[in-house]
Amino acid sequence: MLGQEIKKLVIYTIFLAIIILPMLGFTGGAEFQAERAFLVFGIGVALLVLNLIVKVIRSHRPPPDHDKPSLPERIGDRLHRIPKIFTLGPLLLAAGTFPLVANNYMIDVGITCLIYVCLGLGLNIVVGLCGLLDLGYIAFYAVGAYSYSLLNLTYGFSFWAALPIGVVLGMICGCIIGYPTLKMRGDYLAIVTLGFGEIIRLVLNNWDDLTAGPNGLFGMKRPPLYYPTIEDGGLDMVTYYLTSLPGLFYFILVIAILIIIGVNRLDKSRIGRAWIAIREDEVAAELSGVPTTWLKLLAYAMGAGFASVAGAFFAAKLSYVNPNFFLFMESCIVLSIVVLGGIGSIPGIIIAGFILIAVPEVFRELEAFRMLAFGAIMTTMMIIRPEGLIPASRKKREFHRQRDEAERGPQ
Amino acid sequence: MDFSAFILQQMVNALFLGSIYALIALGYTMVYGIIELINFAHGELFTAGAFIGVIVLSGLQQIGWVETHFVLTLFIVFGLAMAYVAVLGVALEHVAYRPLRNASRLSALLSALGMSIFLSNGMMLSQGVSDRAYPQVFGLESIDFFGAMISHSQVFIILLAFVLMVGLQFFVHRTRLGKAMRATAQNRTIARMLGINIDQTIRITFMIGPALGAAAGVMVGLYYGAVRFDMGFIFMIKAFAAAILGGIGSIPGAVLGGLIIGGIEVAWAAFLPSAWKDVTTFTVLILVLYLKPSGLLGESEADLRV
Repeated sequence: MLGQEIKKLVIYTIFLAIIILPMLGFTGGAEFQAERAFLVFGIGVALLVLNLIVKVIRSHRPPPDHDKPSLPERIGDRLHRIPKIFTLGPLLLAAGTFPLVANNYMIDVGITCLIYVCLGLGLNIVVGLCGLLDLGYIAFYAVGAYSYSLLNLTYGFSFWAALPIGVVLGMICGCIIGYPTLKMRGDYLAIVTLGFGEIIRLVLNNWDDLTAGPNGLFGMKRPPLYYPTIEDGGLDMVTYYLTSLPGLFYFILVIAILIIIGVNRLDKSRIGRAWIAIREDEVAAELSGVPTTWLKLLAYAMGAGFASVAGAFFAAKLSYVNPNFFLFMESCIVLSIVVLGGIGSIPGIIIAGFILIAVPEVFRELEAFRMLAFGAIMTTMMIIRPEGLIPASRKKREFHRQRDEAERGPQ
Repeated sequence: MDFSAFILQQMVNALFLGSIYALIALGYTMVYGIIELINFAHGELFTAGAFIGVIVLSGLQQIGWVETHFVLTLFIVFGLAMAYVAVLGVALEHVAYRPLRNASRLSALLSALGMSIFLSNGMMLSQGVSDRAYPQVFGLESIDFFGAMISHSQVFIILLAFVLMVGLQFFVHRTRLGKAMRATAQNRTIARMLGINIDQTIRITFMIGPALGAAAGVMVGLYYGAVRFDMGFIFMIKAFAAAILGGIGSIPGAVLGGLIIGGIEVAWAAFLPSAWKDVTTFTVLILVLYLKPSGLLGESEADLRV
């Protein structure tokens, strides 16, 4: 056992040396930059040795019993037993008082986190509930952002008038993308959605007359609020534009809470159960009378609608959009949030949204490593803990059960 | 230049671009044929090949081999780039794909995507965000071919791509390992029963496919004169479109698809606004998937692959 593991370690080390040393050693000039290359190589070897030690220790322990809940599961079960008022109440209170104690920078980060939480929840409908991998999700965010910008700049629509139009446009785009891909299998679907996402970005980038191309659009009005006053004896409506960061924070907080409630209700509804049935076994769902075609389209449309709301808010908050806000990498970030949080798990996605957006902000000097870490997290999560940080209650056992069956059966 | 010469020129360009797409598409098709998973990181493997190519070529240029041993230099550059990427491909398979071989499709896809993001950012951090210039080894002379000007690098690249494709076809159809690959693609369980080492076969597929991609990467670097960490993305999409168009899992299909996609792109750039040329590829991809998902030369799901 140990001898075999050490042999493996030696082979892995050789592989690591071949892969890391040339790529990190020769950058720019012809001379070998030994320090950097060997630093990364050393870290890699240290991880391998650590992995070996963990494996050896594990092999002396009895194998884990999957019928017994693990520690995070037990904590999750405990949390479920606490009445909701004691968990949600303090959370809401904390969110509500946050702008009063935080500085502008922190509030700004908070707003970004909430936008990504909204996006993650929307993508969760498509990926998490319905099981369709969508790699072009950010395109709907772009549709929402650009439709508000154009309606506001060209026709002077207010945020509230433009929002439903943007959502409908986003949903139509969702259906346009969804319809031809309905019959496809997962991996084709992923590539096609990626292609659609890029098409939308390229159109925004190249259609100069409408979207001002790479320069982007600016000068959109902030979201307005209206309140009545009595002036000169008559009732009058006063328009108040939300320009301060705390105001915008409360605004997106309300949107996020509404989306959370909406997604939560959807998840538990007949539609949500039908989506999960499609995810688990499409043929069986179809045979049981689930209208799979319509429900898949609906999943795309709903996901796109939520992203449009987030996009419209984003454009209104920043008063500026350009096509480079909607790169493929953004889709990957949103997808990482869904994967880390737990596919199909609403609390997981909220927590993951805050971890993945706020933590890189705190460690600003490590900014460059952010996407590197996201990629590593995505693969590691899929291998070690495919159900995510906080598994959705329905999803909890499935992944491990599948794995166990696979290990027992022929590979 | 008269019109016929112009058309001929465009056809040569299409052949050139098409053979590069075809080489990358072959990597997709082989991996898909054998494990039915799209290797999302293939574009990054292609870029890695281009980077190793520029590293080796710069080194050899410094010691003056480009002038004295021109052919040997090219041989070493392509050989090392392909070998490096073959090692990387095997490592990738071992780390990210093997543990998920029996997991759900979504898990495997997300794992592949994670590796793609990881590798592309790893290359960004190690090689920088800006273009890295390739040494110009071919010079600027061209051959006059009935009025069309074909540069030496284009001739070399088209020929090398052709040799690699024929070599692959030979390997798959005439050798024992190739036979094992075809058997594994056809039915993994039966192949195992008949004594084929499945793990080894998959490993070899993950060596050859990415190595062909690496060769394409070096070619792109040599021709366009630069390499960048994110250039794999757009090539990945196009090669993928080529693989789908030809019928994923089919080697002649990948070549045909690559040539067609190259042709469409060159024709579009020659006559229509080139800013939109990437949109065309995506549109072709989506249309093919919608109208004929099995592709031009692809066989139906249950039939033989590779």
